[in-house]
Amino acid sequence: MQYTLLIVLLPLISFIFLGLMDSKLKPKVAGIIGTSVLGIITALSYTAAFEYFTMHKIAGVYERLIPLHIEWVRFTEFLHIDLGILLDPISIMMLVVITTVSFMVNLYSTSYMHGEKGFQRYFAFLSLFTFSMLGLVIATNIFQMYIFWELVGVSSYLLIGFYYTKPSAVAAAKKAFIVTRFADLGFLVGILFLSFYTKTFDFGILTSGNPNVFASTVGVSFMGLSVMSWAMGLIFIGGAGKSAMFPLQIWLPDAMEGPTPVSALIHAATMVVAGVYLVARLFPVYEVYAPDVLHGIAYIGAFTSLFAAVIACVQTDIKRVLAFSTISQIGFMMVGLGVSGYGAHEGLGYMASMFHLFTHAMFKALLFLGAGSVIHAVHSNEMKDMGGLRKYMPITNYTFLIACLAIAGIYPFSGFFSKDEILAATFEFSPYLGGVMSIIAGLTAFYMFRLYYSIFWGKGHKHAHDHTPHESPLAMSIPLIFLAVVTIFAGFIPFGHFVTSDLANYDIHLDMTVAVMSVSIAIFSIGIATLMYRKESKIPNIMGKTFSHLHKSASNRFYIDEVYIFITKKIIFKNISTPIAWFDKHIIDATMDGFAGVTQWTSVKIKGFQSGQVQQYAYIFLLGTLIIAALVLFV
Amino acid sequence: MGDLFSNFLTGSVPIEAYLGVSLIMFFAGVYGFLSRKSLLMILVSIELMLNAADINFVVFNRYLYPGQMEGFFFTLFGIAIAACETAVAIAIIINIYRNLTSVEVGEIDEMKE
Repeated sequence: MQYTLLIVLLPLISFIFLGLMDSKLKPKVAGIIGTSVLGIITALSYTAAFEYFTMHKIAGVYERLIPLHIEWVRFTEFLHIDLGILLDPISIMMLVVITTVSFMVNLYSTSYMHGEKGFQRYFAFLSLFTFSMLGLVIATNIFQMYIFWELVGVSSYLLIGFYYTKPSAVAAAKKAFIVTRFADLGFLVGILFLSFYTKTFDFGILTSGNPNVFASTVGVSFMGLSVMSWAMGLIFIGGAGKSAMFPLQIWLPDAMEGPTPVSALIHAATMVVAGVYLVARLFPVYEVYAPDVLHGIAYIGAFTSLFAAVIACVQTDIKRVLAFSTISQIGFMMVGLGVSGYGAHEGLGYMASMFHLFTHAMFKALLFLGAGSVIHAVHSNEMKDMGGLRKYMPITNYTFLIACLAIAGIYPFSGFFSKDEILAATFEFSPYLGGVMSIIAGLTAFYMFRLYYSIFWGKGHKHAHDHTPHESPLAMSIPLIFLAVVTIFAGFIPFGHFVTSDLANYDIHLDMTVAVMSVSIAIFSIGIATLMYRKESKIPNIMGKTFSHLHKSASNRFYIDEVYIFITKKIIFKNISTPIAWFDKHIIDATMDGFAGVTQWTSVKIKGFQSGQVQQYAYIFLLGTLIIAALVLFV
Repeated sequence: MGDLFSNFLTGSVPIEAYLGVSLIMFFAGVYGFLSRKSLLMILVSIELMLNAADINFVVFNRYLYPGQMEGFFFTLFGIAIAACETAVAIAIIINIYRNLTSVEVGEIDEMKE
């Protein structure tokens, strides 16, 4: 399956070409090139997926294929950095997800970004992002993953800051880059820990289950935790940064400053699940050697999920609602991984998490693209500028509704199946955690329908523009329809036949108690949302006043940003940076200034020698000669 | 006087007499170089010093290595170089005069800064 190399290389070539040509190309041509390259690699990914999953299995287990493996740099016997392509069920699944969503977003953008300044640059960056993300998922070793991990961070930075003349976009881009980069420091240290003890970067060796690999970690501990817990915990910090887990979630809501299709691609469907993918990739290691960290991941995921869901209930910017909903759903995936074990039935959480990753990518991309379509029509992100749009935008309305039903977990939409499996796995792990996750699922249904009704129902408000809103053009509707179709039917994919923790087959059994319970919670929450937001009612105001503290702090995102500002400005800047700056200014700089000062002082003093009077020079020369002559003669 | 002249013809003038002349010429040149204000006079002083050096060449050749010619040739070189140097110097002085309408050495300090 050598052609999988093309899947990665074509976007890179497209990026270089579009980037170098830039404004020499007509915007339309750049759009066509970017989109058609994505179309080609999407087709290739589907072919690869078909070929891989229909391949002959050995003893009922999918093989790990490595169609390409290059030793890139070799330092010592153990330390070498390789590049390659690793194909296994999760990387194939990610290829399909990334290329599909990316293709849809490219197609959508040709219309959405029409007439924007820097249209060609935008498509170049999209290609760069797609390239880095694909490189990340097919990495054969953890170092290759780290390289592409950083590339993904850079392309995310470039795309968030696409409107670089807008200060808020620049600030958001910087924030996203710095926060994730900071987390990546943990990732790097974790990699070094892990590879120092195991002498390898290779995923194949790390996840082979061979205990000899980890022999040297036995009994090594630091501050009460085993070295493997440290290593895997630090690696998870990197994943938490990219996947916006508490307390590193602060960058994601601000990242909505980027163009909406970018949010759909990067901050909903692909990049933010990189952390989940990382944990899934190293899952056998987590499961055997750092189970405490894995449980920690479950609790962090659950907390983040709850936290973000509460905030999502009171946000008024539709993209921010979706951003917090994304954080919440990624929390679900993390919980799924955290509660999972290894093996057929124990691995249910793992399978469910990957399934949720797949379905979430589709319906969340659909939600963002739908939101983009709405924003395109009313030129505002605020809910108060919307309302009653269902008459004007039928396609957006129906596709958005489908996505909302899917994320709320209503049968038979895809979200129901994946979320249900996560809940079932969580209940098996701990009924309390299962209960909490069910409540979060209810909250999800509530805030999504609050969003839905505020946009499409209710009275049409006075719009901030002078023409009536209209349905988006075909290039924007087609991706919506396609993703909606996927969202409807993806739940029926027998996912357990493709992706499981031990690569073997697993038949999903619907746990009826959990299913009935979660659907009834979802319907109940939707009912409340309908009551409160379908028509204008006083209930939301009354609720807001009754729980004014909660409401206020939730709309201020529980002041986490303020806490960060406090820690950075009042503690780090004031107590560490300022003294260091003082030292730099008064000791290091002053020494250098001193050298310069002494030189200058001397120059001023001896400046008189250079009078420009030739005769004076000659006189001094003569004097010198005489002195030397006298010395030679008489001394 | 007649004695000295006949001594000169017969080659019995003492070497100190020649060296005395060249010494006086040289320091006259040095004094002129340091004290004259006009570039032309400074140039003349330089010529004086060069000629003093030429005399030394001739004298040392004649008295210390009779029968050899290097000193004389060096003198010829010296004269040629002095001529070239004078030509260049005068060209420079003319240019200075055109630019500054003066050949006073004290006023030529434009290049100082």
